[in-house]
Amino acid sequence: MMTFLGIPIQALMGQLLLGLINGASYAVLSLGLALIFGLLNIINFAHGAQYMMGAYIAWMLLAYAGVNYWLALVVAPLAVGLIGVVIERLLLRRLYKLDNLYGLLLTFGLALIIEGLFRQAYGISGQAYQAPRLLQGGINLGFMFLPLYRGWVVLVALAACLAVWAAIEKTRLGALLRAATENPALVRAFGVNVPLLITGTYGFGAALAGFAGVLAAPLYSVNPLMGSNIIIIVFAVVVIGGMGSILGSVLTGFGLGLIEGLTKVFYPEASATVIFVIMAIVLLIKPAGLFGRNA
Amino acid sequence: MTLKWTLTFAAAALLAAGTAQAQISDNVVKIGVLNDQSGAYSDLAGQGSVVAAQMAIDDFGGKVHGAPIQLLSADHQNKPDVGANIANRWIDVDHVDAIVDVPTSSVALAIQEITKNKDVVHLNSTAGSSDLTGKACSPTMVHWTYDTYAQAHGTGTALTKQGGDTWFFITADYAFGHALEHDTGEAVKEAGGKVLGSVNAPFPNTDFSSFLLQAQGSGAKVIGLANAGTDTINAIKQAHEFGITQGGQKLTGLLTFISDVHSLGLETAQGLVLTDAWYWDHDDASRAWAKRWSQKMGGGRMPTSVQAGVYSAVMHYLKAIDKAGTDEAKKVVETMKSMPVNDMFTKNGHIRADGRMVHDMYLVQVKTPAESKYPWDYFKILRTIPGDEAFRPMDKGGCPLVQASAGK
Repeated sequence: MMTFLGIPIQALMGQLLLGLINGASYAVLSLGLALIFGLLNIINFAHGAQYMMGAYIAWMLLAYAGVNYWLALVVAPLAVGLIGVVIERLLLRRLYKLDNLYGLLLTFGLALIIEGLFRQAYGISGQAYQAPRLLQGGINLGFMFLPLYRGWVVLVALAACLAVWAAIEKTRLGALLRAATENPALVRAFGVNVPLLITGTYGFGAALAGFAGVLAAPLYSVNPLMGSNIIIIVFAVVVIGGMGSILGSVLTGFGLGLIEGLTKVFYPEASATVIFVIMAIVLLIKPAGLFGRNA
Repeated sequence: MTLKWTLTFAAAALLAAGTAQAQISDNVVKIGVLNDQSGAYSDLAGQGSVVAAQMAIDDFGGKVHGAPIQLLSADHQNKPDVGANIANRWIDVDHVDAIVDVPTSSVALAIQEITKNKDVVHLNSTAGSSDLTGKACSPTMVHWTYDTYAQAHGTGTALTKQGGDTWFFITADYAFGHALEHDTGEAVKEAGGKVLGSVNAPFPNTDFSSFLLQAQGSGAKVIGLANAGTDTINAIKQAHEFGITQGGQKLTGLLTFISDVHSLGLETAQGLVLTDAWYWDHDDASRAWAKRWSQKMGGGRMPTSVQAGVYSAVMHYLKAIDKAGTDEAKKVVETMKSMPVNDMFTKNGHIRADGRMVHDMYLVQVKTPAESKYPWDYFKILRTIPGDEAFRPMDKGGCPLVQASAGK
């Protein structure tokens, strides 16, 4: 059997595929964060809580209303997006004139409150959420057993990232968004409703987090802390990719998933830290991030 | 004359009452439940342990030896420094007489030092480390419910003897995980099995797919999860997803509580073999207690073994104070050791010189959805492991108290 550094190639391919799958959820989450930071200049610490809410809303829809996964995949992100809109309208709006540290503090506080509420209501052990029947089971790829659901996650995440990228780079709305990021006053002078654009962007970013949450629900225990477990990694992804860079955060998300996957094979003890080591190195060499522009 | 005599009698009565109560420091017995009330272990212990302790106090009548019993509780957040601060304040300022529950081995070991030095009782139900009755043992401590040795040997020996003679471990990369892996590995080898390998997963960890794939590739017959809480839940859930058990490999959570099984759901958890110290549906006494507990918790949940252990430990502690007529820590624990434990938790349990409460443990298998007839009907008991077989022999723990008592 062919080996690479003592690991059979086949096993390695399996691990790489798993890394790519994890990278997919990093990509969707960091995409939303980068979008919000790009336009609002807000470091959205509530992103993890919004991801967790997506998963919980999917679970609640099933447990209390019998709504299946497919519908939840649409409804839950909408609900989280709506909550995002309310948060932006009521709270974030008041902070735009202040240093962006205030936005960070506010969203961090919100994250703690939201997590606390869910913990109070549902406890810490979490809820079980089954993958839809259609996606249960798996296929034997020869080098590994691939659960169908994981295959679905990577495809859907990739599609979502591409769609968002295309929408921002190729459509008129995207062009307005980019323009508003550069110079909101000028865009407003052209008669564009910039505040509405901002509200919509925050809502959409939150909805993306909710979407990632629904995707994650059948993979992990749906528990109140699932967001805070992943959000730190996603922040590192955004920093490495370059704050506010859409394509950068997507590519970095997938890339770091792969690197993390390899670490789990060669030195598993370091797999929780490798991303932060990379972040430190990137900050030292290229402080604006791999894909960021120097301010 | 009548008045004079009356006064004399009254004075005598007062004096008598005074002497009777003088043995109870500050005329109140204060019990502090110190545990994780918001993090990973807050469902399996947490508020449920506080309720269990309160039930013991109420069932005892709220007073011991004429002195009222008071309950305190606090959240140590699984951090040894936070736990130590609370314990010191409780002891120095509030004059707490006993600290109870204390999950998370690192915190429990810190509390062990403090209670030993300050001569306060430590009744531990939820921490796993068998060091608490080993080299870190204390004359004022009783380890009530389980420990890593009992978990490891219960499951390790049983599965190896059933033919699961090759093992691979997925281990939480900290003291507790390594201890659990080491102890289980020993039990497997003793029973004639072999350990093929292990992988250290960071703690805490969410995605276990990579480690499961390595375990699958090892070809071991049994995959042992040397972790706890949410880590175990995620690992079992993903093992199901990757078809590990369907592929013929057996999966076992070396420290899995009924609250974890509830969170996983039977669809995912069915067939899992594990060791537990107590099961709510074991007999009439355990059922009756569990139902009362459940009502106080607002319904919908059943107690874990460690929550039941808190009740049992506090009850035994109060009985010992009553018998000894004092709340002085060493005397009370000595008295606890002299009395058998007979309650809804165990029959004929006893406490050894090293502080280990020895009682039967259970090897259980999680029921299939079809076998489960009512809510929380989760376990079938495969085997009752007699206490003397379940726990580490006293001379193997390295507890200095044991040598002292043997030398006497």
